[in-house]
Amino acid sequence: MALTSTTTGSTQVITVHADRIDAAMAIQFKEDMRTQTETDASRVVLDISLVEFIDSSGLGAIVASMKQLGGDRVLDLAGLHPVVEKVFRLTRMDTVFRLFPSLDDALSTGAD
Amino acid sequence: MTRFCDNGCLELSFPAAEADASSGIATLSARLTEHGLPQHRAGDVKIALAEAINNVVEHAYSDVAPAAVQVTCCLCKDTLKVLISDTGKPLPGLQPPDGIPSEIGSTIQDLPEGGFGWFLIRELTREIRYRRRRGQNELTLLFDLRDPG
Repeated sequence: MALTSTTTGSTQVITVHADRIDAAMAIQFKEDMRTQTETDASRVVLDISLVEFIDSSGLGAIVASMKQLGGDRVLDLAGLHPVVEKVFRLTRMDTVFRLFPSLDDALSTGAD
Repeated sequence: MTRFCDNGCLELSFPAAEADASSGIATLSARLTEHGLPQHRAGDVKIALAEAINNVVEHAYSDVAPAAVQVTCCLCKDTLKVLISDTGKPLPGLQPPDGIPSEIGSTIQDLPEGGFGWFLIRELTREIRYRRRRGQNELTLLFDLRDPG
């Protein structure tokens, strides 16, 4: 699972370079997210615009990544494809995460 | 199964391992689109298919030697029928779970990291049939293909 990261001020953007986050890569994704988020950034934006598909294991790995951040840091998601967005909506995880149509939308909105 | 299915059926078999399932699901989804699965249902079908196949890999073949997952998809007039068979352990109670979704909870640390598979399958299908026959699990998922608009 290839993740790249850039940090500007207190915001870290992590980009997922894969077309899916599913059962086959969920554990690796969670571990790579742990490594990438060992930073001081108070807000992490996960850019998943290249991810065309997610299953419930992939969803679970994103939830686990949010928990790994601890209570005072936030994980927002940007660039959700319709199928990915549907998995968040059906499981009601859209009420837990802030979802942005694109990275630009996420970055033009504050961290609160 | 083929009698009323103008667009024919497609079959795929792959080893019950996570990496093979991942590429198998992608292949099935692409081939269903080629066979005429309407775009407005493609995402739903892929989600339900992935959850059902992952269940086979993670549960039916847990603690037993993994064999194959066989998937047959038939595009009929208003219905897509998907038959998923495996030689793993039967579903508990010989029936598919109710699929009650995990509670979201009130804090981040309480958030569920799983327990959505059967809920998603039930949400996205019209009907689910299961039977245990000759040492095999046979799970049939039926999808409504009519355009809601």
